[in-house]
Amino acid sequence: MPTSRTLGAATAACAAVLLAVTGCSSNSGFDSSAPKQSSSGPQSLSVMIATSGDAETAAVKEATAAWAQQTGNKVTVQLASDINQQLGQAFAGNKPPDVFYVNSDQFANYAKGGSLYAYGDQISDASAFSSTLRDSFSYNGKLVCLPKDSSTLGLAINTTLWKQAGLTAADYPTTWDQLAKDAAKLTKGGVTGLVTTPDYQRLGALMKEAGGWITNSDQTTMTADSAANKQALDFVKSMMAKGSLKYASDVDAGWGGEALGKKKAAMTIEGNWLSGAMKADFPSVDYTVVPLPAGPAGKGTLVFSNCWGVAAKSGHQKAAVDLVRYLTSAKQQLAFGDAFGVMPSRTDALASYAQKYPDAKAWVEGIDYAQRPVTIAGFNQVLTQFNTDLQSLRSTSPAQILGSLQRNGGQVLGNAR
Amino acid sequence: MPDSALLGTPAAAGSHRPAAATRRRPVRDRIRQGAWGWLFVTPMVLVLGLFMALPILMALWVSLLHWDGQSNPFTGNVDFVGLRNYRDLIGTDGLTRTLFATSLRNTAYYVLLTVPLQTVLALGLAIAVNQRLLRGRGAARTVFYFPSVTSSIAVSTVFLFLFQGSGSVNRMLSWVGVKGPNWFADPRGVVWLVLGNLGITDRDHPGGALARHGVLGLSWADWFSGPSVAMCTLILLSVWTTSGTFMLIFLAALQGIPRTLEEAAALDGVNRRQLLRHVTLPALRPVLFLVLTLGLIATWQVFDQVYVMGKGAPGNTTLTPAYLSYSSGFDNADFGHGAAIAFLLLAIILPLAGLQRWVLRERGTKRTRKGARARG
Repeated sequence: MPTSRTLGAATAACAAVLLAVTGCSSNSGFDSSAPKQSSSGPQSLSVMIATSGDAETAAVKEATAAWAQQTGNKVTVQLASDINQQLGQAFAGNKPPDVFYVNSDQFANYAKGGSLYAYGDQISDASAFSSTLRDSFSYNGKLVCLPKDSSTLGLAINTTLWKQAGLTAADYPTTWDQLAKDAAKLTKGGVTGLVTTPDYQRLGALMKEAGGWITNSDQTTMTADSAANKQALDFVKSMMAKGSLKYASDVDAGWGGEALGKKKAAMTIEGNWLSGAMKADFPSVDYTVVPLPAGPAGKGTLVFSNCWGVAAKSGHQKAAVDLVRYLTSAKQQLAFGDAFGVMPSRTDALASYAQKYPDAKAWVEGIDYAQRPVTIAGFNQVLTQFNTDLQSLRSTSPAQILGSLQRNGGQVLGNAR
Repeated sequence: MPDSALLGTPAAAGSHRPAAATRRRPVRDRIRQGAWGWLFVTPMVLVLGLFMALPILMALWVSLLHWDGQSNPFTGNVDFVGLRNYRDLIGTDGLTRTLFATSLRNTAYYVLLTVPLQTVLALGLAIAVNQRLLRGRGAARTVFYFPSVTSSIAVSTVFLFLFQGSGSVNRMLSWVGVKGPNWFADPRGVVWLVLGNLGITDRDHPGGALARHGVLGLSWADWFSGPSVAMCTLILLSVWTTSGTFMLIFLAALQGIPRTLEEAAALDGVNRRQLLRHVTLPALRPVLFLVLTLGLIATWQVFDQVYVMGKGAPGNTTLTPAYLSYSSGFDNADFGHGAAIAFLLLAIILPLAGLQRWVLRERGTKRTRKGARARG
């Protein structure tokens, strides 16, 4: 008897507390109705960024401070060490920052969850941004957020090793055959012809060059198990078998840039973030960047970007959009380019960037034929698994890897409907 | 346990009060006593309820939802999916199930190797530093305890450097003519690696026929692959970091063993091994249970080393349920699956702890109970 009474009391107490807390939370914790907008007087905005380093932090702080001074508002910049986790927590806790970086792999999740304020229709000159990037950050046909910058992949070549192998600038590969031949020539001693990381963010470019990609162009069906994709992975595997292509971890490097800098790689496939890293870590290494060699279906590369998200639950949306407009202006994008080497996402600014930085020509030109990243809600796990499978490309068949990608992705697409 | 018997004594005495007293103020007395009792435990009940029971119930609710973490899961308009998250994890063929099975496989090997190793090492260290004749005992204790007070993130980072392909460990191995693997980039399971090197199985197609069939979306060849080379370094790391803490627990227990016991054993003419087997270990049984239980729970929940050292790489062989739960939630915006993984993990840990308690139960119960009563 006493036991059952105690149990009853405990259950009742638990239930009461549960009701109280969840009751509270539905009143204030998670309010799904539109937030009250404050539009008069100086506003205090919080900006959350995932920074690539001190240079980026300083540049963003400087730019937001300049805007704050110009408009009389106040901006605090928060640095996120794990932005997915911190934003997820902030959304669930109903206290998101007003403006934040949105990674393209999380974009669809946030847009589907209704956390992003779609301000694309308020940007009068939205057409100045690269159309591929605008597509990347559109959800249900509406431009949700503006791309912050852009990055494409190119083939970075160590020119010293290139000359030592008896090659000249005329030999820079423009086709897969030449790439394979050059890589074989460059592979000797501790040097591997081509070193890259085992992920679709690099090898995917070859899939594009072969005429394939993970999904169709409007991301409604999987096209992973196409013959073109298989051809691309077969090509990678054939180079691997000859020893002229290795993954970065096989040569004790974290990524292609490190392998290039440590002279373990004569060539690597990397984006324009490479220039900043080489300047900082390996200033004495001479290298040049050429467009990725064309495959059977022509040229191909991948484009990456983050966008400036504005929280649907922000109480300062008007000011936040104004801040984004300032940060994505041609002048400011070029300033960011000077500070930490990113390429502008506006086509007009990109032209001036190309003039100013002729070394980045290959990357800049890539924008025209680049494939945008996959932005499907809940797709992260599928792509992570694809990357994991690519690690063991040496010992598994491309058909098997692509088949499981096709199956896994199909399941996510099927569930989404 | 003798302790619970001791705790039970006062209550038992209370119920045996003289019948006359109970009859004089029967109800009021009991109510008052109960009220005071409740008053005293209220703060703890509130704290436990608010910070433990309640979040657990909330997580249980989330595990029944398809929730992206961006709305209130406690309103009417949630996507209630019942047991679908659990079905995805153990029933429906798909990526979710394969990943979960892989994480279970990895962690099972991790637990199976880490728990015994760290317990034996900790016990050995404790016995060593408990020797009265050992010089510099204090220094030795500090040294052995040091890894435990260091942040696991820092230790993991140091290990990353030590175990690089051209890192210190491989350089040391090369002195004795061994070419070490590229530890953290090596997804091969050690079972197939060893069997392959011995020429028993085919190196490129390990497992043979076992690779064609399987359970939970993972072939038998994968289940029996053993921990990968990368996972072995994780095991080494956790044994190294946790044995200090457990050494301390064993040491405290060793110092609690009455000297008279050892002296009596010495009079009986036992050697050191017999002393350990028949005197020390039985006296340490409750502590052994504690250490094994703590080890078991901690190892099934391993997260931070995985987060730092590769997030499941290479080849998902260091993926653990705790990390998978995190990445399902925060990377894949599927908190329902994440919560369901946590509860499945609970469903694994609880029976294991129960089983272990049963294995380590007090045998010869009669004598112990009599002893406890005499002490009480």
